[in-house]
Amino acid sequence: MSADDVARAIRRMAHEILERNHGADDLMIIGMQTGGVGLAAEIAGAVAAIEGSVIPTGTLDATMHRDDFGLRPVMPEAATEIPGDPTGKTIVLVDDVLFTGRTVRAALDAIHSYGRPTAIQLAVMVDRGHRELPIRPDYVGKNLPTRRDEMVDVHDDGVDLGEVIAASGGEA
Amino acid sequence: MRRSGTRHLLSMADLDRDDIEQILNLTESFAEVGERSIPKVPALRGKTIAWVFYEDSTRTRLSFETAAKRLSADTMNFSVSSSSVNKGESLRDTIETITAMGIDGVVVRHRAAGAPHQVAQWTDASVINAGDGWHQHPTQALLDLYSATRHLGELDGKHVAIVGDINHSRVARSNAIGFAAMGARVTLVGPPTLLPPSLAGWPVEATHDLDSVIDDLDICYLLRMQLERQGQATVPTLREYHQEFGLTSARADRLGSDALIMHPGPMNRGVEIAGEVADRPNAIITEQVANGVSVRMAVLFLLLGAGLEPVDHNLAVA
Repeated sequence: MSADDVARAIRRMAHEILERNHGADDLMIIGMQTGGVGLAAEIAGAVAAIEGSVIPTGTLDATMHRDDFGLRPVMPEAATEIPGDPTGKTIVLVDDVLFTGRTVRAALDAIHSYGRPTAIQLAVMVDRGHRELPIRPDYVGKNLPTRRDEMVDVHDDGVDLGEVIAASGGEA
Repeated sequence: MRRSGTRHLLSMADLDRDDIEQILNLTESFAEVGERSIPKVPALRGKTIAWVFYEDSTRTRLSFETAAKRLSADTMNFSVSSSSVNKGESLRDTIETITAMGIDGVVVRHRAAGAPHQVAQWTDASVINAGDGWHQHPTQALLDLYSATRHLGELDGKHVAIVGDINHSRVARSNAIGFAAMGARVTLVGPPTLLPPSLAGWPVEATHDLDSVIDDLDICYLLRMQLERQGQATVPTLREYHQEFGLTSARADRLGSDALIMHPGPMNRGVEIAGEVADRPNAIITEQVANGVSVRMAVLFLLLGAGLEPVDHNLAVA
């Protein structure tokens, strides 16, 4: 995907989010640390441009809710910032790559320690498959079939597919 | 700590600046947990931590207990007054017994300097020093450094005075090392009877005259006057101590408006600090207590939960 493709996907996802939720009322957009933060800001910007209203946007680090403590080193990367009480809101959780689904599971747990949202939806730029949990995205930039040992890199200039250098697969 | 490959937190002298900065950064993440409507994360689920306190403590033990519970760890309280220590059990046997029950961490407070180092030889669990004699109280120093950096940013070149009963204070020893490691200039202030006989090896200056440094301070850190030591004739009277070494209203007025007033608690108002001064906006004494929970969460997490190596984020992208 080129940078333009990514920008087009963001605009499309913004429209889909608004269509599905009948507008931007009670929406809250939360970017997953660290890959989803920039993307969440761009989606929120696109939604605001269409709808003309400002969407509360926050960030979430779900590290402390992961299920692989003790199996690999884990360290929170950045502080979480939830913009207000999520109770009664529809949260759009944003990440760059959806892989095993374990990070999303951790994020669902984390969000519930802040309140009880009406609904949580998931937006990802790349769905690369290989799910290990019953989790599916609501909004997808691109479905990208991959091998398990490949690596997907989402950055400012677009999306790349590369080989993982070390044995550890990583997950998102 | 984790960076330097040790499993224990025994002394501030074991930590370099990078270690301290890692802990302070991590504390930021855990401070956020405390603000959630459900302030609990499952990071230490399934871990058991024992408190072994041979000395009275309210705030430190409660602070550790709160930190452990917010991380979902299980805790065991070993209270000396109701235990087999009264039946003559030695520290070593006590530790080995507790270890045999299967614990991951042990938090030790003991009146003898070095006791936590000994405990670390006798158990597989991670040992955290919660105060040993006059020697060290590392989590107090870490929470003070965190509190200070929250207000002042980088501590390089900042001038910190630690005032009071330096000689009998583990807080003074830990803080002097900690503030110096972060680049601050540390001056110890106290009467000759309350300063250590030798300051060789301490990264500090010392003076007997609080008025000579007060105008220049970024942090005025007051120690508790240990009233139980009054029998030892270290100061003539508490009133005179207050006049000479207490943070009176007049002295507090001479501090810069950004200068912080800190105290590890419990305070003796009217002795080391004037009653009114402790309630001024730049006195961050209750904030220190609140930060203590976050710092202890970071320490428990690093020692018990974080895994063996720092995360290589390049591999965690996809």
